Amino acid sequence: MIRKALIGSHAIAMAVKLANVEVISAYPITPQTIIVEKIADMIERGELKAEYIRVESEHSALAVVYGASAGGSRVFTATSSHGLLYMYEMLWWVANSRLPVVMAVVTRSIGPPWNIHTDHQDVLSVRDSGWIIGFAENVQEVLDMTLQAYKISEDRRVLLPSIIALDGFILSHTSEPVVIPEPSEVNEWLPPRKPLPFKVEAGKFFAVGNLGPDDVTMELRWYIWRAMERAKYTINEVSLDYAKRFNTGSPAGLLETYRTTDAKYIAISMGSWSGDIKEAIDILRDEGYSVGLIRLRYIRPFPLEELRDIVSSAKALIVFDRAVSMGHQGILGMEVVSATNSKIPVKNIIAGLGGVDVSHHDFSNIIRGFIEEYESGLSIEWSIPEWYMPWMIKESEER
Amino acid sequence: MSIQRLALSKFRGVIPGNPACSGCPHNIGLKIVGKTIGDKVILVVPAGCTSIISGYWPRSGLEFPILHVPFASAAAVASGLKAALESRGEDGVVVVWSGDGGAADIGFATLSGAAVRNDDILVIVSDNEAYMNTGVQASGTTMWKALTTTSPVIGKTEEKKDIALIMLLHKVPYVATASIAYPTDLAEKIERAVSIRGFKLIHLHSPCPPGWRFDADKTIAIAKLAIETGAWILWEYNNGSFKISPQSKLYTDKSKRKPLSEYLKMQGRFMHLTDEDIRGIENKIDENWKLILELEKYYSTKR
Repeated sequence: MIRKALIGSHAIAMAVKLANVEVISAYPITPQTIIVEKIADMIERGELKAEYIRVESEHSALAVVYGASAGGSRVFTATSSHGLLYMYEMLWWVANSRLPVVMAVVTRSIGPPWNIHTDHQDVLSVRDSGWIIGFAENVQEVLDMTLQAYKISEDRRVLLPSIIALDGFILSHTSEPVVIPEPSEVNEWLPPRKPLPFKVEAGKFFAVGNLGPDDVTMELRWYIWRAMERAKYTINEVSLDYAKRFNTGSPAGLLETYRTTDAKYIAISMGSWSGDIKEAIDILRDEGYSVGLIRLRYIRPFPLEELRDIVSSAKALIVFDRAVSMGHQGILGMEVVSATNSKIPVKNIIAGLGGVDVSHHDFSNIIRGFIEEYESGLSIEWSIPEWYMPWMIKESEER
Repeated sequence: MSIQRLALSKFRGVIPGNPACSGCPHNIGLKIVGKTIGDKVILVVPAGCTSIISGYWPRSGLEFPILHVPFASAAAVASGLKAALESRGEDGVVVVWSGDGGAADIGFATLSGAAVRNDDILVIVSDNEAYMNTGVQASGTTMWKALTTTSPVIGKTEEKKDIALIMLLHKVPYVATASIAYPTDLAEKIERAVSIRGFKLIHLHSPCPPGWRFDADKTIAIAKLAIETGAWILWEYNNGSFKISPQSKLYTDKSKRKPLSEYLKMQGRFMHLTDEDIRGIENKIDENWKLILELEKYYSTKR
């Protein structure tokens, strides 16, 4: 085990190397590009023995790893924003084929206007596709979750592809100290992939993805749904085992709680800004507010039971969303409202779209306001999400 | 490869009574692919007629290992599959069996990408000159003036795209045209192609009875007429050598060709043509011959 300063993109590349990935496809898009650049560098220097395929589009990037995964290989690709949208069709094809593809999504806003900075609109647009979707908070978790993704996706109880989402620039381009597990220990923990659920090979006559009757199609969807349910246990099991074995400091499980014990008010978030929210929680705790944070590490499968359990004694919840479903609410906000069966008042904040920076100072102001509103009986107005606009940030800075 | 060898091959590939239309050219082509490559073949099939011909789960109309994939993804999937085989030293001839849409239109970027990488795959474009599976809509390779359901009255107003020449200019080691009416020529071309490492493409002329509107027993007759009238030219590019294939060589001399109207008049899609239209098509065919002959000359002097 060594400790090294790594940017998020290089942490992904390091995980790909540690996982002994056999086939990688590469197409550049900011801010994902340096992941595939780093992997190319590793391969050309002979540090990683893998097939590296430079494709002409993201649609083909996922198609290549689909083919390689169908051929039994452990695979990797990475993308961002418009690249992910361009892959959309292949995403469903991979998941419905039950192939354990692992992909990094460096989150980025969707144009127009062209904007390379982070929000979660891109990755949440593939929420329903049958991919396991994890969100990292820091660079350590980027590395850990990517390694774990192979173990989870390839588990015969799961056999579904995984996305590891990391916030563009904030994680992908920011250097942090990272504990890197010993390669020999990783090899023992993550042996070569067993070619499940199938392997396409010469001389073996069978078709993958041919015409299916309606009832069989529905049955296959049901299997995926059940695999997602089982994935909850697998994620817990794999991440706990990993934490015990490699002790890198990343939390285990589908979600992380921060000062939620006895908290009357709970904030809910995903991704890197959860670090800023934790700082805000500390400030508010110092001020005497009974407040904590639930950070979802996975949005698919959704940690329904855990979330319900933790929020059961809370008075009200505030959900910070970096993505919105136009015509309705923030996407995470919708998820939380449905998970709690509307039994607890939920305030949904839409913020940080297009990479707008929201500081711990903003978060503490927002959470303070939320508590005040609840205590003065104004939670009735929370049915509509509140947009925390950039000019509000300026105002709070001036104050 | 002789016709006897083709007949003797035990590889079944195409199962009788599969869901293909009567007289379907894809069944003919697939049979030859299976019999030529045998147990080493793995098919990658994008959306198209062959998605249907392959049959309903749990039965199968084809006896191949087949990976069915989205319309615009076949060549890339094949590249990935081949990489998986190579990384473990496994055998397997990965063949993309695609229609014209999956190769020349929606799948073109992907095809171009695989060609640029010179990935070790064989792409066979079974060109029935329209989107037949969805009910005969005009594609990039539909002939000028042909009636389709999206060019139903005056016919297609644009040119037929020459996917084989476009792929030749990708500087890949092997590109050829072929016809389902000449099975030994097709089989020999497949044999030569798979003996070469790198990207190979065969553009296969595949007349479609319901799409072109002719009787199902005329598929071979129409395909032969396309050669005999010079409307379809068989040629082969193999690592620097460009040759018009023997079956077409005779028709280099225009006087040896059958009248084009014989080919066109057998097809409902050309029933509306005026004499002027037919002359227009003939001019295009003459221009194509000029280009192919020039290419043959260019590559022979280059050698």
